[in-house]
Amino acid sequence: MSILDLFKRRTSAPVARERLQLLLAYERQSRGQPDLVSILREEIMAVIAKHVQIDQDYLQVSMDRGATMSTLEIDIQIPNKSAMPLAMAG
Amino acid sequence: MGKVVVVTSGKGGVGKTTSTAALGAAVARTGKKVALVDFDVGLRNLDLIMGAERRVVFDLVNVIQGTAKLSQALIRDKRLETLYLLPASQTRDKDALTEEGVAEVIARLRSVFDYVFCDSPAGIERGAQLAMRFADEAVIVTNPEVSSVRDSDRIIGLLDARTMKAEQGEVVQKHVLVTRYDAARASRGEMLSIDDVLEILSTPLLGIIPESQDVLRASNLGAPVTLSEPLNSAAKAYLEAARRLEGEDLPVVVPFERKGFLDRLLGRRAA
Repeated sequence: MSILDLFKRRTSAPVARERLQLLLAYERQSRGQPDLVSILREEIMAVIAKHVQIDQDYLQVSMDRGATMSTLEIDIQIPNKSAMPLAMAG
Repeated sequence: MGKVVVVTSGKGGVGKTTSTAALGAAVARTGKKVALVDFDVGLRNLDLIMGAERRVVFDLVNVIQGTAKLSQALIRDKRLETLYLLPASQTRDKDALTEEGVAEVIARLRSVFDYVFCDSPAGIERGAQLAMRFADEAVIVTNPEVSSVRDSDRIIGLLDARTMKAEQGEVVQKHVLVTRYDAARASRGEMLSIDDVLEILSTPLLGIIPESQDVLRASNLGAPVTLSEPLNSAAKAYLEAARRLEGEDLPVVVPFERKGFLDRLLGRRAA
């Protein structure tokens, strides 16, 4: 173990504290009820589903919760009209 | 067809989740496709140890209940592209898992991945039994301490009785992974020796992971120790254990006490 390691080793606890605070804040708030990001996800999907049939195979949802900002990414491949047998909007 | 490995112990807090992350990442580093499945429904933690806690959208229960596709629930590791995580649900309880549902998820994972590591919850109840149900091999995580060894013995009994393989007259290949091994305490005779543990459990040894502050550090940072500090002694022991799991014939060396001058001066343990 070198002297450098001794210094390096000190730095992980604050990272752990920050990660936990962020996670627990989210989990406490969402206990018993879905969080905003989940509500948004479901409503956005519902709106899209009104116009296009969503094929679950071409849908990817990813999320990254941050302290001040979260990102929600919904990646849907929408087929072109000509290739869409079940087009609803016409 | 991939191999399904359950990481189990009976007792809590011995290092199942840490070992699942470290072994899974070690195997994935060699280019094999690896899925880590958290079976601790209601008390998930593998996401936190893997540093993916902010990216969980869907979970195992969603997949079993059909509200999400398996491909949507799998989270790809940001460091290793061959490593994936299927998180447990945090809001449901263990009854949300059905045997048929687990069977289907495992079968599909097995067809896509080279290795599927199932991180078992503590205890011997339903969750733990479902985690081991479809396993080909088992890693029994044991601390060199009486209650842990006793619980491991109980789990070995279940592996031989309640798994699909056992019911079909086959054998789940079992390996003991001794974790939190403190060479100093073992040399002073304060801790069960490796020989004691192996003799009592009569199960082959997969590896000995020394007690190390780097393991805690890796958990703090949300990175498997085999990825974040592969040169550390605990990480090396996990990397070697992973090679043995893949069938390599590597001798296990029992760690011995090697204290530095500074450690002696400060009266610090290897811990």
